[in-house]
Amino acid sequence: MGRIKLFIPLIIFVVLAAILYWGLGRDPNAMPSALISRPVPAFQLPALGQLASTEDDNQVVAEQAEILDESLFLGQVSLLNVWATWCVSCRVEHPYLMDISETGVRIIGLNYKDEVGAAQQWLAKYGDPYAHTISDTTGGMGLDLGVFGAPETYLVDHLGVIHYKHVGVVDDRVWRTTLQPKYQQLRDALTEKKNDS
Amino acid sequence: MIAELGHFALILALGLAFSQALIPLAGTIAEKPLWIATARPLSCGQFVFVAISFACLVAVFLQDDFSVAYVANNSNSLLPPYYKVSAVWGAHEGSLLLWTLILAGWTLAVAMMSRALPDDMVARVLSVMGMIAVGFYLFMLLTSNPFERLLPFPPMDGKDLNPLLQDVGLIIHPPMLYMGYVGFSVAFAFAVAALLAGRMDSAWARWTRPWTNAAWSFLTVGIFLGSWWAYYELGWGGWWFWDPVENASLMPWLAGTALMHSLAVSEKRGLFRSWTLLLAILAFSLSLLGTFLVRSGVLTSVHAFATDPTRGVFILAFLGVVIGGSLLLFALRSSSLGATASFNWLSREAGLLLNNVLLVVMLAMILLGTLYPLVADVLGWGKISVGPPYFNFFFVPLGLLLVLAMGVGASLQWKRQASGSLQRLLKAPLLASPVLAVLWLLLAGWSLKIASLLGLAAALWLILFTLQDIWKKSDHSQGRRTGLGRLKPSYWGMVIAHLGIAVLAIGITLTSNYSDQRDVRLATNERIQVAGYTFLFKGVEQVRGPNYIAQQGSFDVFTNADGDDVKPFTTLKPEKRRYLATGNVMTEADIDGGLFRDLYVALGEPLGDGAWSVRVYVKPFIRWIWLGAFMIALGGVIAVLDKRYRKTPVNVTRGNVTQPSSEQKGAPKPALAHAKKGN
Repeated sequence: MGRIKLFIPLIIFVVLAAILYWGLGRDPNAMPSALISRPVPAFQLPALGQLASTEDDNQVVAEQAEILDESLFLGQVSLLNVWATWCVSCRVEHPYLMDISETGVRIIGLNYKDEVGAAQQWLAKYGDPYAHTISDTTGGMGLDLGVFGAPETYLVDHLGVIHYKHVGVVDDRVWRTTLQPKYQQLRDALTEKKNDS
Repeated sequence: MIAELGHFALILALGLAFSQALIPLAGTIAEKPLWIATARPLSCGQFVFVAISFACLVAVFLQDDFSVAYVANNSNSLLPPYYKVSAVWGAHEGSLLLWTLILAGWTLAVAMMSRALPDDMVARVLSVMGMIAVGFYLFMLLTSNPFERLLPFPPMDGKDLNPLLQDVGLIIHPPMLYMGYVGFSVAFAFAVAALLAGRMDSAWARWTRPWTNAAWSFLTVGIFLGSWWAYYELGWGGWWFWDPVENASLMPWLAGTALMHSLAVSEKRGLFRSWTLLLAILAFSLSLLGTFLVRSGVLTSVHAFATDPTRGVFILAFLGVVIGGSLLLFALRSSSLGATASFNWLSREAGLLLNNVLLVVMLAMILLGTLYPLVADVLGWGKISVGPPYFNFFFVPLGLLLVLAMGVGASLQWKRQASGSLQRLLKAPLLASPVLAVLWLLLAGWSLKIASLLGLAAALWLILFTLQDIWKKSDHSQGRRTGLGRLKPSYWGMVIAHLGIAVLAIGITLTSNYSDQRDVRLATNERIQVAGYTFLFKGVEQVRGPNYIAQQGSFDVFTNADGDDVKPFTTLKPEKRRYLATGNVMTEADIDGGLFRDLYVALGEPLGDGAWSVRVYVKPFIRWIWLGAFMIALGGVIAVLDKRYRKTPVNVTRGNVTQPSSEQKGAPKPALAHAKKGN
């Protein structure tokens, strides 16, 4: 046993090296969410835009800020994008979110476990692709949604039901091959329904 | 021509490194003194040629030779000369050359300063360092040649150095960091040499300690310069971001810290031998892993260099050989080192064991957090960033525990502490530290928070223990002054480094709990009050620098007690620079620094009508973070200066080995007596 114990560091390294090797040729992938085909969990959180960045950002006084809730998603198909300023990958996907928001896609931002001031500065600096941004400083809503880490993007239909969850950066490839077809499908279904009635 | 000369010198250096890796090691196996004796001259030769190569690269930068691709990509004719020099290590290829230059420098230092060591040991150590060098030369020559030409159509001017890197901090930050990273290769080479020889005793630990301390001090300086640079150059006002590359430098630092302490036990008590060897391997492996993470593009980071998969594969293969090989050797050989003595749980050994466990757990948490995004990606969970919430959640309580343990542990005696004396030891710090922490906060007029009380009390606890220990150790029959004079540099080094940790902890605690930060819109002549200071915005004007044009804001700062007619006690001039060659816009914050608070102003975006979004911070005690880090590094340096490390070792734990003593220096040494493998 004593001798075998000495091999443990080597074994750990080999596993690590294998992971790193795969990492060299990796591809972002989608992951199924536990919440698929269930409604967005109920929430009541302030909108980021009107929050004052107060002395202690984690205890934001939300008196004047507009309060958002799950009715935000009703009536339109939207993307719910989880982001934070501490998340480097979010910085990577940000320009692409700007692009797709310009094509008319409605994106709701969920600013996850972040400092209000930093988040506002981020949007001022890099542009704001979001129709609304929910400020979730404590991460409570993220917990309800089952957020693994930022960035994550959820596809939500006009009834507020989650249809798809993408973990990781949304880039051109992800958008065209997975998210956009699903998004378009939901949009078409909605238009059809409207025409019917 | 100069570029080709540099390229050629690099190839020659590879050849010498190759010989250095093979011949002396073969000599120890074949027991050929002549082969063994080649180790030192080959190390010198290797250093000379890599230095020539480096000088050539500096020269082509200073000459603005834009036909060299690396110069064209990272310099510009408008760049000031000192930045042209620092641009040499501003990107991948050149920083690798700097890395190898430093490796050759450490190798040379080992060759020069190891006269007291047995020749076969030196031969093994230098051979191992030669092997590492071969890997880096091949990496450079095969995938990242800094001397590649852009012929026949060189560009008229260069693309300029990344503006983020145009800063004094960045001239010295990478060399310091590399000195640390690469310096751990010495401890690594000593460990591998010990495994090859099958011999590790307290003399081995004593040889290794100063090298480890020196490398670790450089790494400390490198990390804190990086943090300092992020604070004032990135314009974010933070000092640590848990960025993968920051983590990559913190991991070897933690392993190195553990190694230093474990080496102390191995030297004094002959314990933890295998563990010490493993830590020595780990510290350097993590340094290499850091290089891999930064350069392969496996993780996204603000530091990311241009990514290239072939480079990634090469580094990974190199990691496999170096780390995998050394760990295999460890697995096969370390049991032969034997010698486990038991120790009492109430002793300094036990304290150091606790220190090691805590440091390694912290290290594992960071490694997990840094690689989790990658693991998640490999397992098909997508690209994810693990952010500060995770790291703070683990690091803060573990750090607190470490500081508490450090206070007691360093005051314990070797072998066994009588439990009665432990109570006497604990009494004063236990009672005084919470009281002083509360008093401090009350006197400063800050609100009492649990987090800040805990942090402060822990730091004070460590300070009180350290002072108490100095008091006890300086007790001498001829008076206290003689007693203080008797204390060794290695002891003072430890004291200063531990006090540095306390200062660092105070800085972190107070800054993170009592900083005041405002992001506001300010029109000209508007003012804002932050934490007892009034900032008056005087407007923005355009100024021109050597290679940029800047919007420069001007803020008069008053303390709130002052009226308007009083002269401001300082004027801050933050800038927003647009660099001409790249069009990049950079925020240049202006800071009024002080020992007890920093005033920090950064310009955001213009909002029309002369109004700007402005970020104003008042950060109490933030300088203590870097002051503490500096003390930690200084402690390491002072410990290296201890005369003890320059004496020839005489005490040997294994009976079958004879050590040459200093008197025998000139005489023929029984070097080959050691060449036989242990067991």
